[in-house]
Amino acid sequence: MIEIVDLVKEYKTTKALRGIDLVVNSGELFAYLGPNGAGKTTTIRILTGLTRITVGRARLNGHDVAKESLAAKQQYGLVPQHINLDSDLTVFENLLVHGCLHHMPRRSAKQRIDHLLSYIDLSEKRDTLVKHLSGGMKRRVLIARALMHAPKILFLDEPSVGLDANIRRRIWALIKKIQQEGVTIFLTTHYIEEAEFLADRVAFLDQGRIVALDTPQNLMAGIGSWAMDQLLADNMHTLYFHSQEDAKHHAAGLKNGFAIRRVNLEDAFLSLTGKKVI
Amino acid sequence: MMRGWMAVYFREMLILRRRLSRLMIAWAVSPLLYLVAFGYAMGKNVVIQEHSYLEFLIPGLVAMASMTQAFAIGSEINIARFYWHIFEEFQTAPISNAAYVLGEVLAGMTRALLASGLILILGIPFGVLLSYNLFFWLALVLNSLVFASLAVAVAMLIQSHADQALLNSLIITPMAFLGGTFFPLDHLPWWAQKILYLLPLTHAAQAVRASAFGAQPNAVDYLILATIAGLAFLLAILTVNRARD
Repeated sequence: MIEIVDLVKEYKTTKALRGIDLVVNSGELFAYLGPNGAGKTTTIRILTGLTRITVGRARLNGHDVAKESLAAKQQYGLVPQHINLDSDLTVFENLLVHGCLHHMPRRSAKQRIDHLLSYIDLSEKRDTLVKHLSGGMKRRVLIARALMHAPKILFLDEPSVGLDANIRRRIWALIKKIQQEGVTIFLTTHYIEEAEFLADRVAFLDQGRIVALDTPQNLMAGIGSWAMDQLLADNMHTLYFHSQEDAKHHAAGLKNGFAIRRVNLEDAFLSLTGKKVI
Repeated sequence: MMRGWMAVYFREMLILRRRLSRLMIAWAVSPLLYLVAFGYAMGKNVVIQEHSYLEFLIPGLVAMASMTQAFAIGSEINIARFYWHIFEEFQTAPISNAAYVLGEVLAGMTRALLASGLILILGIPFGVLLSYNLFFWLALVLNSLVFASLAVAVAMLIQSHADQALLNSLIITPMAFLGGTFFPLDHLPWWAQKILYLLPLTHAAQAVRASAFGAQPNAVDYLILATIAGLAFLLAILTVNRARD
């Protein structure tokens, strides 16, 4: 379980988080959604002990991240946004070093590596230098590394950023599989469809504040079921409707420059903040 | 408290093993040039403290290499921190700051002792074979402990690669040339000697040279090196938290 109470983070000139209150339940897949600079990565950095808290507190499975940092660090695995594997080491060596850092006995670490490489479908790359892997493979190795010490919580910071659609879907399947094994997952993303497909609940973050928190279905239902995008002279205007018939009826007078589609999470975010998730 | 240092050291050794052949070439080039240019060509007929200049030079080069290679661990940390972001892997691991520092310092010391050993091997074709006894190695261990600890502290405090390069130019390079490596300090005016005796490398060079010449080294040199090493190691532990934003 992740508990965040009145979390504030201030840097010299900016306020990155302005009072976050949040509980993520055990086994839940929670998506943290917002535009660049909203505070997503700052939240993860605080929860993982990489950044100091200004005000408030955060706990991972009951362990305070500031006061019991070593115990808190044993609770989670982190998949960072940037690929921070040792490129001069093999896949096996990267995972082994992580196991050693988490005090795993050498023999059980080696067994775990073999299991995880099979799990992420990269057994044949065990002794390949990381610098010779593709971007998608490196992402999968990052996930395997985060799972090495069998954490109860997994932080995924933009896990599929920069990957093509096929590989992204492969990563999603892997994330779902991890959740089914009982791991609590905290996911930050700006890919709307990623949150929509994966998450049990979603929080919308804007300028360091949570502006909405619910299931993807409820967040979308709050604005309607169908959307009509209308191209104006210098802008795109979107209207929301409860039924496809209502949308069609409204569009009846228009000849072209519009499209009717199902509502998505992006619409919910847009209607709440007036901003796109970029 | 110290659990985890072996993992940090293990990672550094894996990387060192992969790069060792290239590093050994890099470690050999400068000392070889100094030996040929200063020791063999220029100092052929020079006698200092009843030893040939080559015999005088090699212990100094060994002390200097133990300093520069121990301090080079700072650049490795720097690259891991700012470029590869691998430092975050250590920051998110359940290991103490002391364990992290110990792992990195030992890695720096290992590099330093390997580079020092290489210079001793390079001295053999020049006909230089001195007394490489326990006191000789103790002085090198302490000197590399001083500079590896300082390197970790500096790597935690600086904010960019450029800062690291500046520190190398301002501190390490002058110390390398003025810390008793190439000439005896008593050739300098008294006030310069007083200043240079504040440098740890001066004491390391004196202790290494005395041991290598089979003389009784001065215990004060070892005491000063051990004190600075202890303080630098503590400083390194205290600075690790500063690397968090």
